[in-house]
Amino acid sequence: MAGKLRVHVDQEKCQGHARCKSLAPELFELDEYGNAHEAGDGTVPPGLEDKAWLAQSNCPEIAIEVTEE
Amino acid sequence: MSESASVAHEPERSLPEHPPVTDWVNDFDHTDPRWTENPFPIWEELRGASPVVHTQRFLGCYLPTTYEAVKAIAHDTEHFSSRRVVVRDERPEVQRNAAPPITSDPPEHKGAKQLLLPPFTPDAMKKLEPRVRAICNELIDDFIADGKCDAAVRYAKYIPVQTIAHMLGIPESDSDLFIHWIHQILELGIKDERQLQQAVQEMSAYFVDHIEARKQRPSDDLISTLMSAKDKNGQPLDDSHVLGSLRLLLIAGIDTTWSAIGSSLWHLAKTPSDRERLVKEPELMPSAVEELLRAYSPVTMAREVMKETTISGCPIKPGNMVLLSFPAANRDPAMFPDAEKVVLDRKENRHAAFGLGIHRCVGSNLARMEMTVALEEWLKRIPDFRLDPAGKVSWSEGTVRGPRQLPMLFPAKA
Repeated sequence: MAGKLRVHVDQEKCQGHARCKSLAPELFELDEYGNAHEAGDGTVPPGLEDKAWLAQSNCPEIAIEVTEE
Repeated sequence: MSESASVAHEPERSLPEHPPVTDWVNDFDHTDPRWTENPFPIWEELRGASPVVHTQRFLGCYLPTTYEAVKAIAHDTEHFSSRRVVVRDERPEVQRNAAPPITSDPPEHKGAKQLLLPPFTPDAMKKLEPRVRAICNELIDDFIADGKCDAAVRYAKYIPVQTIAHMLGIPESDSDLFIHWIHQILELGIKDERQLQQAVQEMSAYFVDHIEARKQRPSDDLISTLMSAKDKNGQPLDDSHVLGSLRLLLIAGIDTTWSAIGSSLWHLAKTPSDRERLVKEPELMPSAVEELLRAYSPVTMAREVMKETTISGCPIKPGNMVLLSFPAANRDPAMFPDAEKVVLDRKENRHAAFGLGIHRCVGSNLARMEMTVALEEWLKRIPDFRLDPAGKVSWSEGTVRGPRQLPMLFPAKA
């Protein structure tokens, strides 16, 4: 079985398209300007792995990293 | 407003002619009627020739044709300036505070943009959504009994204009005035500087009155928000900055979304399988909206080359403009498999309809919400519709593309 996933938003790259928040609201938060960061420490709860990959593959700025632990 | 004496006394200038294009690769022209009607095969031809093509028209202009080249330019604020964001026949002197932040470069850009972002977050849009739903239904009420309508003129056009008027706190009944100014600025203004200046002056005078009224009696709308905003040194914005940003919100917020809603309805009217699928599977709406944004991206931006550089192996020289075609990037098959097909449930879609880099559209969350609500309400009440074969679909000229006439037929309902 695959290990746990973790998501991370690169603050230098994020431009606030907010695609991640729309596709995986459980995994991302937006600040007052609409720029994204990972919720909590970025750990992806079981069952939300597909949403993590979906968010990653729809970010126009390639700002989301998904790592497997 | 009557034509002022200074305008009347200006000498007649001879504007460049736009002869029909015979060599797209070396002499492209985005105002050619064939580009206006159907740009997709032209982009494909140009992309096949080079990642960046050039024309001598418009005093010299490049067009990146691939996603990679468009992305590289959008991310490069060192060689490419946003001080001019429309490719036109003339290059009049650059105005300070033309329309910040869209016309701003670093380092001024960031502060100007941060002032505008909080009112346009997804959460802020959720609060606005009920008003937009009501606007859509009021518009549909007006024509649903007729069994036909021009969906561009009577539906798509008024949704963004009434919504932005609502946000700014200006009368929704002034909608036709705003639409007239925008037509002068974005379409006629490409070839006629005087029309553009006249519209900008009238628009500024209009907003000056609203700013003055709020100095007497502050309100909780977007005009007051901008008036009370502070820059990074804690100073209020000067009036020219407030005016520039108000002009931007009105100009950028209207015919862009009007175009996106119109193109989406056009696609669904001529593609029964997609229309029926979206009616049966409304949960597809979020990915469908993204795919329609990709396939029919309305907005092409511009940059001005400031320093010599190379993009995708092509030399780029100062003195030229760049037509930054996000719509062409979004049709690049190297980035999007089956790029020419509309796939409502496309899984991977990093489309650039709202731009890339620091100039990402401030109103992207607003536009998405308006498109979603406009399509949902239309499909709920008019699930079965088609293009009227007796009518003609016509498209806007210039750098915001969408249908301006969209005659539809549907079963009439009381």
